[in-house]
Amino acid sequence: MEKEIYLDNSAATRLDEQVLVEMTPYYFDTYAVATSEFGYTPGIEARESMDDAREKLAHYLGAQKNEFIFTSGSTESSNLALKGVAKALGDKKGKHIIVSKIEDFPVLYSARTLEKEGFTIDYLEVDEVGLININQLERMINDETILVSIQHGNQEIGTVQDILRIGKLCKEKGVLFHTDATHTFTRIPLDVQEIPVDLITVSAHTIHGPKGIGGLYIRKGTPIHKMMDGGFHEFDLRGGMDNIPGAVGFAKAVELITESEASYLIKLRDQMVQLIFDKIPDVILNGHPTQRLPQNVNITFHYVEGESITLHLDMHGISVSTGSACFSRSLEASHVIAGIGGDHERAHGSIRFTFSRYNTMDEVIQVVEVLQKVIGNLRKISPLGKK
Amino acid sequence: MPGQYNDVVLEHFKNPRNTGKIENPDGKATEGSPACGDMVSLYLTVDPEMKIITDIKFESYGCASNIATGSIITELAKGKTIDEAKKITWKDASEALGGLPKIKVHCSVLAVEVLRSAIQNYEEKHGLVVNQEKTTEEIVRKRLKKVMNPIKGLDMVATHLVKRIHIKDGEVKIVLDLPRNHQFANAIREDAIEKIESLWDINKVKVEFID
Repeated sequence: MEKEIYLDNSAATRLDEQVLVEMTPYYFDTYAVATSEFGYTPGIEARESMDDAREKLAHYLGAQKNEFIFTSGSTESSNLALKGVAKALGDKKGKHIIVSKIEDFPVLYSARTLEKEGFTIDYLEVDEVGLININQLERMINDETILVSIQHGNQEIGTVQDILRIGKLCKEKGVLFHTDATHTFTRIPLDVQEIPVDLITVSAHTIHGPKGIGGLYIRKGTPIHKMMDGGFHEFDLRGGMDNIPGAVGFAKAVELITESEASYLIKLRDQMVQLIFDKIPDVILNGHPTQRLPQNVNITFHYVEGESITLHLDMHGISVSTGSACFSRSLEASHVIAGIGGDHERAHGSIRFTFSRYNTMDEVIQVVEVLQKVIGNLRKISPLGKK
Repeated sequence: MPGQYNDVVLEHFKNPRNTGKIENPDGKATEGSPACGDMVSLYLTVDPEMKIITDIKFESYGCASNIATGSIITELAKGKTIDEAKKITWKDASEALGGLPKIKVHCSVLAVEVLRSAIQNYEEKHGLVVNQEKTTEEIVRKRLKKVMNPIKGLDMVATHLVKRIHIKDGEVKIVLDLPRNHQFANAIREDAIEKIESLWDINKVKVEFID
């Protein structure tokens, strides 16, 4: 097998060694539970490290440190954002929530759960490149609306929404706005001083940080209830043992992002799209051509099926993912491709390539070479696409 | 390599046997459609005297399980008489492959069904249908259930495309609730004719549109 090439960085990323170095002392030396300032010395040190990490992450978003809480990752953050606001405002203001149709599962299924509990959910449509329509959103908002949750960048097709306009509209209407920024955090600037957003989901696992740590930005004064009972951790919004090594690692991961990283990813992305379109006929780029995540390429290869492509690529040491029903645990085709009006066939042959700073231009060239061979062979045995 | 497929399945997936098309086949069939997921086509050459399958080829638009089953089924059927080949079950194919993941059963069933359909197509075209049941509206409807409506991703009967069916003196007339100039009109028409025209007592199939 050739050298392994990992292009599924929106699912998980390689940990940066420097992150691990930063985390290690918190397993062996400063392993005490974070105590109050009246506790014992190791506990105070632990708490200060946690506060430091919180401050760094909050500042990165342009926020105050008491506006950022640690969670176990994006799933928990989005669950808390939707269900926590619903619990705080459901009986006081109203039971109407708006989410986009192409949200990632934590938002989508939190909305469905709330629907079963008596909330009314409107699922906002997106156009053929995955963008929501701001006028349609405006028409959907009513007196009962308590929350709008629209992702910053899409997990699958990479389309980036204009959250500034969405945020301004929500603010004007007096409705809370949550955005899932799991895939845009550190890739696309997001400053809460400029963008009126009330809740932001972020995670360390997509930026070379440790798994199992994420965060939720909560603008000061946002009505929200906790979901998990326990101690009084995280401003009494999230009980549970503080993940100090995780928090420290998360902050370090953010610190390690360089200014040129996003433009490097864009270079890889654009080169990959260019090469695929040059070398392989009958392909579509899914998502917005330019308003998209720096690290994301999503292509439908007509006449062939995605699981067959991923398996062949895997045999060449290349890791990617697909929106094909055959690949998913549920055997359901991608709801994102369906959301942009794509039929089953478009999802069936869709492949997502996501980059990180550890990928190189050589790898991009190599992957397209293998792809050309694999797609060619699968098309040879396909009953479709022959005249 | 780790994963849900065993080495035999992976080997057939990597190097599928008997792929491609036979020009002027004695029997052929397609199961599934791009709209609903996997799709597989199969072509047969049959020795007219001995009724032995002398050549068999398949094409797959599907996942690894679909491709591997298509491959093994052509190996199992080649050299067998059509009566023997008809009896090949999904279990035979799955056993020959050393087992398939449970969740992938439906993708592989398609590859087994297409062999039976191709044999049936051969028998109908060559006057070998033993139970010569008179074609009824019900039989036509049942066959049209295998024609996909690409607009909906479901078959044309379930999606109410079939408005009327007339059968008279060996002629079937099907009226579709679709305008003639619809982008899929021709594809659906051809697909429907192919499924019906091989019936033993039918010599003409007409597909009409509402205009």
